[in-house]
Amino acid sequence: MNNRVSIQTEDFDVAVETAALRLVDARVGAVCSFLGTVRDRNEGDEVSTMELEHYPGMTEKSIEAMIDEAMARFDIFAARVIHRVGLLQPMDQIVFVAVTSAHRGESFQACEFLMDYLKTQAPFWKKEETPNGARWVDARVSDDAALAKWGIKAANA
Amino acid sequence: MKVNLRYFASLRETVGVGSETVDTNAATLGALRDELIARGGAHAEALGRDRVVRAALNQTMSDESAPLSEGAEVGFFPPVTGG
Repeated sequence: MNNRVSIQTEDFDVAVETAALRLVDARVGAVCSFLGTVRDRNEGDEVSTMELEHYPGMTEKSIEAMIDEAMARFDIFAARVIHRVGLLQPMDQIVFVAVTSAHRGESFQACEFLMDYLKTQAPFWKKEETPNGARWVDARVSDDAALAKWGIKAANA
Repeated sequence: MKVNLRYFASLRETVGVGSETVDTNAATLGALRDELIARGGAHAEALGRDRVVRAALNQTMSDESAPLSEGAEVGFFPPVTGG
């Protein structure tokens, strides 16, 4: 299926994206989606803005590979991943993952799998602006642990 | 052989450039990293063995045993923090 992955600076509409994914296939009985947003605090500090850097080309390629893996592992019909880059503010939408299937179990699982995979394998980096200046966000060991439960070894953090 | 290097995030800031082409005798990603560390200065600081550095060979996440070839694109970067 085309247009499974979008890396973009502009915002997106969850309702539009969800409709586009499910209304092309009457077999769909379940849509599970995840929306990630920018928090106003991290590690106890106020975050005024967040800058997202990525590795153009590799980002799209790695997420396409993740979707291929999800399609192979779970009985799902389609998946869509949107990730914003550039300058973002607290409460902005940053990442959207949606999956369709006949029944809810497969969609729930595939959606979580894709997010766990993305967190540790897709080449994005966050830099946040705090009262103490700008800093790069550190990778979380818990994200590696989340991927490990799918039987995939991550060595990110 | 010539390889094309790409640096990202804090690693790019430390090296001071986003990309460069280098002539190398290194057979693997790990050997290339060591060669760059041996240059000293900003490269040693950014890629030093005390730092957690991840690498991609031709835009695929790879470990240090991955073999290099002429014209390869090698990305060096810190652990990823998307999502």
